[in-house]
Amino acid sequence: MTDATPPTGTGPLGRREARLAWGLLAPTLIAVSLVVLLPLLAVFWISFKPVGLADLRPPTPIVREDIRGDLEAAGDKAVLRYRLRNSSQDQQILGVTLVDTWPDGLTPTEIDPRCDIAEGRLACDFGDWEGGTRDELRVPVTATAAYFDGPGAGDSDPIIDGKASNILTNLDFTLENFAQVFDGSEFWAVFGITLFYTVFGTLGALVMGLFAALLLNKSFRGQGFLRGLYLFPYVAPVIAVAFAWILLFDPFSGSANALLIQMGVSSEAINFFGERPLALIMVTLFEIWRYFPLSFLFILARMQSIDTDMYEAADMDGASPFQKFRYLSLPQLLGILSVLFLLRFIWTFNKFDDIFLLTGGNAGTRVLTVNVYEQAFALSNIGAGAAVAVLIFCCLLLFSVFFFKVISREEGL
Amino acid sequence: MKAVRFGYMTAPVLGALWCFVIAVTMAVAMSFATGAAFRPTLLTLPWGAAIGMAALYGAPALWGAALAAALAGMFGAGPMVSGDIGMLALVVGHGAVALFTALGLAKMTEELRPGALSRHEFEESVIRFLTGFGYIFFTAIVVIPFYVMVMTSLKNQAALMANPLDFSLDLSRGWHLFDSYYELLTQYSFGSYLWTSFYISVLTVFITLAFAIPGAYAVARLRFRGQAMFSRSVLLIYMVPMIVLALPIYIAFSMTGLRNTIFGIVMIYPVTTIPVALYMLQGYFRGLPSEVEEAGLMDGLSRLAVIWKITLPLSLPALASVSLYVFMIAWNEFLLAFMLLDDPSKFTLTRGIASLNSSEIPRQHLMAGSVIATVPIMLIFLGLERFMTKGLTAGSVKG
Repeated sequence: MTDATPPTGTGPLGRREARLAWGLLAPTLIAVSLVVLLPLLAVFWISFKPVGLADLRPPTPIVREDIRGDLEAAGDKAVLRYRLRNSSQDQQILGVTLVDTWPDGLTPTEIDPRCDIAEGRLACDFGDWEGGTRDELRVPVTATAAYFDGPGAGDSDPIIDGKASNILTNLDFTLENFAQVFDGSEFWAVFGITLFYTVFGTLGALVMGLFAALLLNKSFRGQGFLRGLYLFPYVAPVIAVAFAWILLFDPFSGSANALLIQMGVSSEAINFFGERPLALIMVTLFEIWRYFPLSFLFILARMQSIDTDMYEAADMDGASPFQKFRYLSLPQLLGILSVLFLLRFIWTFNKFDDIFLLTGGNAGTRVLTVNVYEQAFALSNIGAGAAVAVLIFCCLLLFSVFFFKVISREEGL
Repeated sequence: MKAVRFGYMTAPVLGALWCFVIAVTMAVAMSFATGAAFRPTLLTLPWGAAIGMAALYGAPALWGAALAAALAGMFGAGPMVSGDIGMLALVVGHGAVALFTALGLAKMTEELRPGALSRHEFEESVIRFLTGFGYIFFTAIVVIPFYVMVMTSLKNQAALMANPLDFSLDLSRGWHLFDSYYELLTQYSFGSYLWTSFYISVLTVFITLAFAIPGAYAVARLRFRGQAMFSRSVLLIYMVPMIVLALPIYIAFSMTGLRNTIFGIVMIYPVTTIPVALYMLQGYFRGLPSEVEEAGLMDGLSRLAVIWKITLPLSLPALASVSLYVFMIAWNEFLLAFMLLDDPSKFTLTRGIASLNSSEIPRQHLMAGSVIATVPIMLIFLGLERFMTKGLTAGSVKG
């Protein structure tokens, strides 16, 4: 008799379960890899490519056909003219060919050596075109009676074809983009601004959130209302609140300036979103304003789950309110605070919309994410934009290592 | 610290600070309400100190001091001075400063007396001050931008340029107050943007749920290799910033002709929300008792039938939270709409507002557009606050 041993490996039931799991996950996996992983790979690919905004449209040969002269009766003469050009000024197109249906009853009096008419088709081979090539093909024709029974010469569209090397798919690589991104002091300025924005935005939102949570961590009438109200900045569309801020702090017609002048704090209008250090402080304040509700919600949820026995014991021991906060609440909240800090740090680092809407990255507020847009669309250099994006992604990977370390300790995830 | 812990020190200091807070708040509130020039003066500090001191000696002293401050204010020597205003605003403004100062101080000094204070009494009064200050501060910073938004949308640019503080409404204009809304809906086709935004968001919710429910169930309940890694990579994926992905998506959409199509947007939005939804739902599914499902399995239901007949009905509240959260993300989404839509006939609401941001279009239109985008999401939020708050806490790993 053999000893009974627990089965090792996966049995048929386990395998079936795993198969079902992958089946259920498949749609998500496919969708996510199509829209997240593929673009990520593409960003890496593009960041090594000398590609500008204009290169997104690959060079194509273009043809226009017209008839010079009237073909009204048998024996009339006319010239079929094809005007040809390369859509790109600087890139070549290889093996350009033209095909057009040749109507019955039209006799060419002279034919271009590059072309050939057979079986009712005009076929031409133009060879390779340099960038900016323009050409014209003239075919003088005479009409015969049969021509007027069938379709006219201009009725069919000529088909032109050629192979252009597409900058996105060829194998030209360059480090130019990264060189350009890291070039000079600008990069370090951008990096410094990003750090300032991220660190102070995150810390500010945490501290404000903690303060707000302390305020609302008691039950009184209107507590629910205030909690809802304090969430408004986060729930409202960013574009709406960003424009409201711009309007509020407008140097000419903004209420904030009018108030400051009236109260005698400032003697002249301040251009809040247009001056160098101030604009960065303002966008950071906006970030704090918009995201303190989130920290507040998390911290409040954690506070309400703290055991009240502890506070009763502290009361018996004669602890003062500040002591209770310092020695009881704060240690209990440290876990959620550190998770929140890392999470918000990553998200603030990734933030694009807010700064883009408030200042467009001007006046010393260009963070890395805005730099992606600036390089790719304002400077029309997609490659450099992708290089910045790659940089952001690498930073993100670095942060997420920390994040997972902390979150697995705190949440057991 | 010790030196302050006497009633006759604590009460005036808190009084001065509190009176300053109230005077600034009232000055801002009155300015915004009437457009007249209210401002706090340095006299707030002695007045506040006096009221604080009086509060130590009982209610009659406190209210007497407050009344004196109110009267002094009306004659220009109180905590706040006012410009050329009507009698009503004068009485209301200065009266309110004195009233709120006194009410707050009465509460703060409840346990104080002139002599030495215990640490408890001292900290309690400081906390009460901080609480009062906190309520005013947070309410002000949240309300002011929205107040400016709504009021600007009801006024016209010329009036705002003339006095940026005057948000009082000219009620005699009647329905013409809403002119900019009317113009937006008729001339700028905001009605159609509203509809586009709405159905894109609803479609996004349904598509997201269709993908995320099975995925979340698999991650939460089924055992397979790579499960732990999978739930981590879900988190990681939704930390990838949109701007990094937006670039290749823009290129791909330009090449395939999906740019400027609603179809393209509906394709891309759910993928940005699926990871969040999956993460939220798997957390909830884990919390459901698996015994109920096992009972179903024993009774001969297949896994899919268990999900459909047992798990989903049990998780309706979570589904509501997730749906609301996804709806909010899709409704507020700006970056992708901005990059991928150029054709005004296909704009979403956020893209439509972005197109109003030009110097030729008056400011009140921009703000009216913002109000139109904000109100629906606020109404949903207020109506379903319970679900929404749950959804936010569970899912707002996302910014």
